[in-house]
Amino acid sequence: MLNFPRWKVWGISLICLVVSLMAVPSFLPANVFDRLPAFARAIHVNLGLDLAGGSQLLLEAETQDVAKQKAENMVDVLRGELRRASINVSQLGASNGEVRFLVDNPAQFNDATAIARRQVSQVSNFGGADWTVSVADGRQVTMQQTDAGVNEGIRQAMENARDVIDRRINALGTLEPTILQQGVNRILVQVPGMQNPEALKQLIGRTARLEFKLVEVDAAACNTPRRPGIQYLPSDELPGGQCMGVQSRAMISGEQIADATQNYDDQNRVAVQVRFNVQGSQRFASVTQANVHRRFAIILDNRIISAPSINEPILGGTASIAGSFTVESANALAISLRSGRLEVDLHVVDERSVSETLGKDSIRSGVIASIASVVIVILFMLITYGRFGVYTTIALILNGLMIIGIMGLFKATLTLPGIAGFVLTIGAAVDANVLINERIREEQRRGRRLHDALESGYREASTAIFDANVTNVIAAVLMFYFGSGPIRGFAVVLMIGIVTSVFTAVNVTRMLVALWVRKARPKELHI
Amino acid sequence: MRLLKLVPDNTNLHFMRYRNIALAISIIVTLAAIALVATRGLNFGVDFVGGQSVRVAFVQAPPIAQLREQVDNLGVGNADIQESRQSAVQQAAAGNAGQANLVEYTIKLPVAQGDDAATSAATGRVRSMIETTYRGNATVRSVDTVSGKVSGELLRSGAWAIGLAMLGIAIFIWMRFEWQFGVGALVTLFHDVCMTLGFFSLTRLEFDLDVVAAILTIVGYSLNDTVVIYDRIRENLRKYRKMEILEMLDLSLNETLSRTMVTSLSILLALGALLLLGPQVIFGLTIAIFIGIFVGTYSSIYISSPILVWLGVKTSSFLPARDKISGPTGPRNERGPGQRPADDGAVV
Repeated sequence: MLNFPRWKVWGISLICLVVSLMAVPSFLPANVFDRLPAFARAIHVNLGLDLAGGSQLLLEAETQDVAKQKAENMVDVLRGELRRASINVSQLGASNGEVRFLVDNPAQFNDATAIARRQVSQVSNFGGADWTVSVADGRQVTMQQTDAGVNEGIRQAMENARDVIDRRINALGTLEPTILQQGVNRILVQVPGMQNPEALKQLIGRTARLEFKLVEVDAAACNTPRRPGIQYLPSDELPGGQCMGVQSRAMISGEQIADATQNYDDQNRVAVQVRFNVQGSQRFASVTQANVHRRFAIILDNRIISAPSINEPILGGTASIAGSFTVESANALAISLRSGRLEVDLHVVDERSVSETLGKDSIRSGVIASIASVVIVILFMLITYGRFGVYTTIALILNGLMIIGIMGLFKATLTLPGIAGFVLTIGAAVDANVLINERIREEQRRGRRLHDALESGYREASTAIFDANVTNVIAAVLMFYFGSGPIRGFAVVLMIGIVTSVFTAVNVTRMLVALWVRKARPKELHI
Repeated sequence: MRLLKLVPDNTNLHFMRYRNIALAISIIVTLAAIALVATRGLNFGVDFVGGQSVRVAFVQAPPIAQLREQVDNLGVGNADIQESRQSAVQQAAAGNAGQANLVEYTIKLPVAQGDDAATSAATGRVRSMIETTYRGNATVRSVDTVSGKVSGELLRSGAWAIGLAMLGIAIFIWMRFEWQFGVGALVTLFHDVCMTLGFFSLTRLEFDLDVVAAILTIVGYSLNDTVVIYDRIRENLRKYRKMEILEMLDLSLNETLSRTMVTSLSILLALGALLLLGPQVIFGLTIAIFIGIFVGTYSSIYISSPILVWLGVKTSSFLPARDKISGPTGPRNERGPGQRPADDGAVV
């Protein structure tokens, strides 16, 4: 037990030194920190939002819309493909995520079925197909989405949502957001430094699905029975309950937009100018050419913003959207359009924001409390164990530094509960030392000689140290698994603290005791 | 230098003599805590009931009634407004730093009528009302908005985590020791968790996610004492096979008493510093762990140990099988392997 070869002394000292040094970058003020070499700057503890200040939004996606949207897209694709093959079909439409149609000419039935089957793709190596095609009555074709297909659709939609959110937040300026998917249908967005997330919520909450559709009915009650090919949508220009009937098929959709900026229209109203891509420009030109004097509706997220008349063919490939905009809202819309539309609706289910001043207050009082607790515990150890208290103190300070060093190495996040975890660990880290010291006292009382007492003190205490720490690890792991942000920060500190406190107690103090015994050759132990 | 000994050498307290009285008190207090939680409930924070909680710091605080009326006028539900607790130390610190003494209010609102979007929108309304009405006077320090759906999930996952942690630890103890010890650990944990919940019900302190984390911590740390004592009981069971079980438990408790006191006091001192000086945002977390460590120290002595007696543990219960068979053959097996003769009777 007390036999420490030189390599072991060097090894333990080296580990302590290196890990403690890794704590240093986290303590440096910003101006010194910025001058450190890159590898040193990489090792530092991140502050959680509750300490650094900032906002966090947990967004939930309406994933049931994904299957519906996918079915509608399939209808569009089939319509184009069938027309190209000159196959006439009727009742082509989607309902409940299913696509079905009737082939008019039975002779073309096999060709139509083949076209439907060609749209089916494999989800992954093992996932199988995303659609199943079934036929009935010699003329009806039904396409159903498989679970694998729906899940793949959701996965892609969430991936798209993360990208879109990232682009939209970046458009707000030099923020460093963290965007993480949680579970199947949630996205966690953390933006340090953003104190008021209202602008962010406006940006993210908008699907930004922009469509241009020709107007068929200027005004009608919203509950007018559906006619094939026409849909009724609410409009900003009409009173509530009144809707405008537009063609179901879009003349232009958001994918054909190359750019969007806020500007002013010819009547000096705040507007958003959109520029179409080549394909979009051509289509816009040909549709407006063919429909002069008709109206077209500009539809954002299934609501008509405005429905101007086509006075002349629009050939420039740009369109100005004027509505009841403020400069800010027009700007937000432009950003949303530029960043692409969200394939799913997102809404906020959990929102937290902390001001920078509260974070600073928390850090200040947290640091004061941590220092006070370290000092109190050290004093307590010194008056209780004398020389062994000094060793415990050294272990305690190393323990504190090593926790921060390891957190820095793994770029762990220090949260406010994490500070409590740190203080708790400081209090509890002495436990392993206490177990050992008390055991040594006990062995001495039983009349053991110094060497024997030390030997069995360390040996007998080790099972208790192990068992007692495993219970803490079980609790901390469950806390990490079930907990959210700040709580996880707490669990991380506890887990690292358990490891470092056992290491420092079992190795460092033992080594210090061994070196002292070897050098001073004490006859009796004052503990 | 004379060293501090919290527990004098050769202390021999007869803990087990009072085990029935202690048990009666423990059962009454535990039942009272359960009854309290069942009837008065817990003062759940927004984490668990949903809604929003806004902390606002005022340079010159308006009357609470006035603020409540202004918030109610927004039509986002009835506000519950309270002044946040601030410790004397914090106020002194603010005074020393030359800062005006800010008054902090916490405005709580229930989940808005309608969907998640309505709750989210209500947050924006309250914030902008405060920032326009009290421009220059008030700063919004933090906002937490939780939808009904998420709060339900958080409550469920919190309960799961606590339940699984208790069970996991009991199973670990069972594997490392014997089943009686596992049951003892589980009952001890149940007692500690009930006490903490009872404390929160009694004081009406806000019960939020932090407190769940605190309870998980208690589940880990308050059992430390129990595990250390169990470890000693196991050791003594091997050493003193002829001793009465109650005597043996008293011996184990007395042998570990000094360690129990030093460690618990050390943790309580550290947490005490955090309670007095630390951020008041985590007051609930800290006080919960503080209470839990305190209760855990008691229960490790008066619940986890006597329960072994009631579960029929005897000094002869855990003889290794080969010892039981070959037991009568000779005195050689009377001692466990590796035990030196000096151990026997050194203290007894």
